[in-house]
Amino acid sequence: MAISTEAVGKRYEPSTYAVGREKIREYAYAVGETNPLHLDVEHARSQGYRDVVAPPMFCVVYCGVALGPVMFDPEVGIDFARLLHSAQEFRWGPLVVSGDEVETTMTVKDISARGEMGFYTFESVSTNQDGDTVCVGTWSNIVRGGEE
Amino acid sequence: MKAGDEIPTVTVTPDRYLTVRYAGASGDFNPIHVDDDFARQVGLPGRILHGLWTMAQVARAQTEAAGGPHALKRLSVTFRGMGVPESEITVTGSVAKVEDGIATVHAVAEQEGRAIIRNAEAELQVE
Repeated sequence: MAISTEAVGKRYEPSTYAVGREKIREYAYAVGETNPLHLDVEHARSQGYRDVVAPPMFCVVYCGVALGPVMFDPEVGIDFARLLHSAQEFRWGPLVVSGDEVETTMTVKDISARGEMGFYTFESVSTNQDGDTVCVGTWSNIVRGGEE
Repeated sequence: MKAGDEIPTVTVTPDRYLTVRYAGASGDFNPIHVDDDFARQVGLPGRILHGLWTMAQVARAQTEAAGGPHALKRLSVTFRGMGVPESEITVTGSVAKVEDGIATVHAVAEQEGRAIIRNAEAELQVE
């Protein structure tokens, strides 16, 4: 399938994610976090937080809702059978805490082709209800060329 | 933290059903991570780990070294090969430099002697 670069620069409607206490705990257990800031409300409060604190990599959860429409956008045209997540960067601002509402906007930063390989770079910008940027993500994917 | 310091090693062995729990926790239900038959059909040895789960282990090594989640300001990684359940993963790293209260750490995640995350670079806020 030919690689289309038409979607470069495309920006998607923001999506909002409401951060919940049990979701933070579920995520923290799944990745093996043992810091009580992520698990114990009383401990988190004693450290000056309103509620349990999301581990930094919890950004994949609140970005997930925004990422779907990009990955499945026919204009982007990703062939899932040949998709590789090749690289990832996150930059973090203030910590996300249970009760926050995080709004994420995705942009197609770049699409390029080298032979039959396609390189897709997406950017996520996530802000909390106070307007602070809590996370900026750069998502790099490779779609391998087909054999047929 | 000073240049040349090694950060404490994180070792973790994802159990047989880890990818299922992580799929639920993260929302990434790509069948290559949860369905052995599907994974084999697309040429994989069986279900494989989510790259972002392994990246979370690299992140955990940083926040544990730096004294909490607040310290991690940036993390970039390159995914290499693939991780599999039921085999130990080791995350190691060392401080490349400290400038203006930010330590730059270079790290790697290895399984069975192969790097599954390499070129990891973290920026940690240090006192």
